[in-house]
Amino acid sequence: MKIHEYQAKEIFSRYSIPVTREELCFTVEEVSSATQKLGLPVVVKAQVLAGGRGKAGGVKLAKSLDEATTAATAILGMDIKGYTVEKVLVAEGVRFNNEVYVGLTIDRKSKSVIFMASREGGVEIEEVAKENPDAILKFPIDPDLGMTPFLARKIAFSLFTEFSLVKQAADMFQKLYRIFMDTDASLVEINPLVITDEGNLLALDGKMNFDDNALFRQSAIEAIMEPDEDEKVELDAKSKGLTFIRLDGSIGCMVNGAGLAMATMDMIKLYGGEPANFLDIGGSSSPKKVIDAMNLILSDPKVKVVMINIFGGITRCDDVARGLVAALEQIKVEIPIVIRLAGTNSKEGLEILKQAQLPVVETMTQAAQKAITLCETISHL
Amino acid sequence: MSILVNKNTKLIVQGITGRDGSFHASKMKAYGTNVVGGVSPGKGGQEVDGIPVFNTVSDAVKATGADTSIIFVPAPLAADAILEASEAGVSLVISISEGVPTLDMIKVTPYLKKNGTKLIGSNCPGLITPGEALVGILPGNIFLKGGVGLMSRSGTLTYEMVHQLTTNGLGQSTCVGIGGDPVAGLYFQELLQMFQDDPETEAIVLIGEIGGDAEEQAAQYIKENVTKPVVAFIAGQSAPEGKRMGHAGAIISSGTGTAEEKIAAFEAVGVPVARRPEEIPALLIKMLKK
Repeated sequence: MKIHEYQAKEIFSRYSIPVTREELCFTVEEVSSATQKLGLPVVVKAQVLAGGRGKAGGVKLAKSLDEATTAATAILGMDIKGYTVEKVLVAEGVRFNNEVYVGLTIDRKSKSVIFMASREGGVEIEEVAKENPDAILKFPIDPDLGMTPFLARKIAFSLFTEFSLVKQAADMFQKLYRIFMDTDASLVEINPLVITDEGNLLALDGKMNFDDNALFRQSAIEAIMEPDEDEKVELDAKSKGLTFIRLDGSIGCMVNGAGLAMATMDMIKLYGGEPANFLDIGGSSSPKKVIDAMNLILSDPKVKVVMINIFGGITRCDDVARGLVAALEQIKVEIPIVIRLAGTNSKEGLEILKQAQLPVVETMTQAAQKAITLCETISHL
Repeated sequence: MSILVNKNTKLIVQGITGRDGSFHASKMKAYGTNVVGGVSPGKGGQEVDGIPVFNTVSDAVKATGADTSIIFVPAPLAADAILEASEAGVSLVISISEGVPTLDMIKVTPYLKKNGTKLIGSNCPGLITPGEALVGILPGNIFLKGGVGLMSRSGTLTYEMVHQLTTNGLGQSTCVGIGGDPVAGLYFQELLQMFQDDPETEAIVLIGEIGGDAEEQAAQYIKENVTKPVVAFIAGQSAPEGKRMGHAGAIISSGTGTAEEKIAAFEAVGVPVARRPEEIPALLIKMLKK
């Protein structure tokens, strides 16, 4: 889960981390009055939940009121990686002489939160990581000790030489760690963190991502999240006990288990087809879930064939088959379905499906191949 | 031999009076696992399917001598349940709970390390040593005793693989579901070492997926430390970037954690990677003949 730059910086401010003076604007008029209030120059920045907005032209420096309104006109309504820009942040333009990168994230290997610091600020950190990985220093944080003053100083000394800056930075890094822990973040980033001409540290940008599994105890964060259209569908599916992700292909998938669902998509792709979605229906045989899942798949007009792949474990295949039959009796599916059922009591399950005149196959490979053939046949009609 | 669990395992079930806990406690017992007790605060003195229930893990361990605990509690309570098991002296904890906050897992890690407690999960299906002990939610009937050690980040995909192995006559020594979360307990490296050291295990199947770089590290570890044949499968070759594919840890972020990188890492150290689950048995047989 992500939030916007302005929202991240509001959180930073609450922990008294210095950020640029700025205002959120939805119209060109608002940009105009914000510019007059903040004073020139200003930076007009698109607020979208997608990376790479700078490259897309979503960040512009304005040295006059005219330039600010021109920038706002250009950016508002702009499309950045499929997101329409509906709001911009107008921030004071700051003179600075040095920029660095700092961030906190989860490190899977050390099973800890790590602090990342780089003197190469202002550019996308992913690119630094690829081209010059040694330029990013990583400091694991002991979960029992937290961000101790000495560790914060050590990190600060890796970035700055002047002691007054080191002191400011060390204080800021401890606060950043507190933010990370308090909000169940998965990423907190300031890029760039600059030294102003007055010799102060200032967060010019801010980025925060959060752990979806912790939202139950982060109501303040949950309240400010803005799910996009895809995420709304995903959240709605989740409320029905389904994990759903829409993709671009034409073969709808219904699978039990996330790993098997991924493997099913991979199989379709391997044989030259394109999956329309990832869908994990979990481990029950309830017809209700199958109906919900089917409705979700069929809501996508691109879907031409539905492939159902169920491995019966604790929930036996005969129960799964009865659930499928009951569900498919209740909803009308006008496009072809391919069902693959394996595992516990698969013989009995397949028999039930055959008696209900449902098309069954025994292996994943057969299912994928059949779904693709059907899909191609339909496309040629 | 086998790894982690066997017929001598003494298991307690934390959350035994809940829906999932009671259901799977009975399933495990029916499989033949030595389920010696359960824990449910406030329900001490009761019984579930003939299994005595205790108020605390400490009470359960004192009364039964349990050495292994499996956790079926709601995700917000899982970290505390893990700590309680560790404090009570249980040496192996399996956390089935799905949806545990990552920072909770990070916070329990040092305590487990200090106590020498091994953890599997969270968000995992558990593990099984066929014919001896089922500690998890895996369907016991699909497994067959034998020489293949299996480790996997996924649940049903594991069953699919095991089904392929069993129907091709390839039995398993122990199968471990390590779970789909970004921060989890025992992982590929530790399990590779255990399977390497286990005389009963002749070959190893590793099932990875997108997200993180544990597969790449495992590949390096295999090159340096594992002499037994290893075959792999990686799920998520068709997954889009930036989306969590069901598992919290299964996400390609900023172009890293892709299936291609992982497959390349394994193939570079001579570990064949199946493109379809159905290919695993043939690959194993080929490796075993070498």
